[in-house]
Amino acid sequence: MTLTNERRIPNKPVSAEDHSLIGHEAIWKVMLRKFMKNKLAVIGAVLLIIIVGAAIFAPMLAPKDPSQQVLLDKLAPPGKDYPLGADNLGRDTLSRLLYGARISLLVGFASVAGSIFIGTVIGAIAGYFGGILDAVLMRIVDAIISFPSLFLLITLVTIFEPSIFTLIAIFAVFGWTGTARLVRGEFLSLRKSEFVLAARTLGISNTRIIFSHILPNALGPIIVSATLGVGGVILAEAGLSYLGLGIQPPTPSWGNMLQSAQNPQIMLGAWWYPLFPGFMILITVLAFNFVGDGLRDAFDPKIDD
Amino acid sequence: MTTYIIRRCLMAIPLLFLISVISFGIMKMAPGDPTALMMDPMIKQENLEAYKESYGLNDSIVVQYGRWLGNMVQGNFGESFIRQGVPVSELITARLPNTLLLMLVSTFIAFIISIPLGVWSATKRNSLQDYAITVVSFLGVATPNFWIGLVLIMVLSVHLGWFPIGGVATYGEPFSIWDRLHHLVLPAFVLATADMAGLTRYSRSSMLDVLRQDYIRTAKANGFRQKTVIFKHGLRNALIPIITIFGLMLPSFIGGSVIIESVFAWPGIGLLFMEAAFQRDYPVIMAVVVIAATLVVIGNLLADILYAVFDPRIEY
Repeated sequence: MTLTNERRIPNKPVSAEDHSLIGHEAIWKVMLRKFMKNKLAVIGAVLLIIIVGAAIFAPMLAPKDPSQQVLLDKLAPPGKDYPLGADNLGRDTLSRLLYGARISLLVGFASVAGSIFIGTVIGAIAGYFGGILDAVLMRIVDAIISFPSLFLLITLVTIFEPSIFTLIAIFAVFGWTGTARLVRGEFLSLRKSEFVLAARTLGISNTRIIFSHILPNALGPIIVSATLGVGGVILAEAGLSYLGLGIQPPTPSWGNMLQSAQNPQIMLGAWWYPLFPGFMILITVLAFNFVGDGLRDAFDPKIDD
Repeated sequence: MTTYIIRRCLMAIPLLFLISVISFGIMKMAPGDPTALMMDPMIKQENLEAYKESYGLNDSIVVQYGRWLGNMVQGNFGESFIRQGVPVSELITARLPNTLLLMLVSTFIAFIISIPLGVWSATKRNSLQDYAITVVSFLGVATPNFWIGLVLIMVLSVHLGWFPIGGVATYGEPFSIWDRLHHLVLPAFVLATADMAGLTRYSRSSMLDVLRQDYIRTAKANGFRQKTVIFKHGLRNALIPIITIFGLMLPSFIGGSVIIESVFAWPGIGLLFMEAAFQRDYPVIMAVVVIAATLVVIGNLLADILYAVFDPRIEY
């Protein structure tokens, strides 16, 4: 028996992919079922689909050119011509909100993609190799976390001049610390496990063990932190743009639309104007948080569906 | 305990060192050197060189870092580029009391509202109140607090006239505590909203953890009244982890002051920082960044030590 078994392994190896495919399909199904049972998560997912759709199809949905100024119509109240009113330069608020969604989502997704990549690589290295490398990397994480993020962001923006690209780069380069801690934790607990030991005994390279053996186990928490991270970046971008240090006009962003809201004309005569951009930020971040929480529960095997 | 405290303090030193290195590195990335900003562009080359020499800009980067760090430890942050001759430390000490006042009051507001809400939510678990508080917390986390500030200014200050629209006191009026408080209420409340949602959620889960413990069941079984069990036996232990969360929230709290001080024209460190950012006044920018990070490190240190003091279960 043992002989035939031993012979079978080299002849017809059961590839890792086959196994994982069978296993994963079932796991994903269970997760999807758990996710769909969470009402808030489903609401969040639907909201996200609508918002992303609105951003993608902004040129078709927007009734007007977002930068076109009609000074005669400045601060026009919501009505037939301007569904959500016009701003203090006579630009259509609805069109600006739709185009602003593109900027907010682009900055959110791109920054988080970057920071997740950096955080995963650094966390994996720190957790897998441990020792002095881990200690040094984690102290750097501690140091970066100690800077109140808004101070750091503003300082960097004054040095590199704000543009969509520099904002994404800054968010990515300074936003990876949370992911790194998370991934490190997962690697730390798994690096001594039997399957890693087995892989090492077989002479599989460290890179392969890290990326194709351990990393898939950390995928759940990484996806959750990415989802919540997008909401966080959208909030931070809105804050920077509100201060005039983020996305620069005339490019509309939800944050810089609020910049003009402190204008006395708007405060006195157009109370509705600041409500819309703020509401969009709120709804979008809320949707990301709902989905993130739903995913967290779905990925957690300890929580039954 | 003493050895733990000493060890914990020693651990903060490499952290502060790294913070200073990162800050210095960022400062060196800034385009142009101080001479480019401060000097007459028509200056002769040899005079420029003399200035550079006298400011030590021709020294090696390590020497420059050492000098910068040495000065900073002694409280010397250099001079402002824009307001020439004014030491940065003077600008900061002039604004610091306003920021500390704002932060203290809003911390107080955040705790006084969030902890009772969290405890209430936990004791009435899965009730309508619990659900409502959870939903409001979710909304609170997702709402940009500068927007809450803007809307409150528009409604309460501009339209209803209940509060001043900004500043720390009425201009030209003699000092009065009432006037100060009147100016303080809105910004302190809005700054508090930043962490209120998180703090409520955290106190709720902390309280739930404690209420599940055996000793609470024992206390109930012994016939203590519900109130006594919750407040006397439960709350005390539930509060311990909240000390840690305060340490964790400190960075967002200090960071939030930049934006709230800008919304309310509150002349504190945050507003000084914004003015400096728009004028590219790097010595001021860097001093504020270093001080803010140092405050966070000290805050976390205090939180850890307090945690050790209050929780006798932890042995060191």
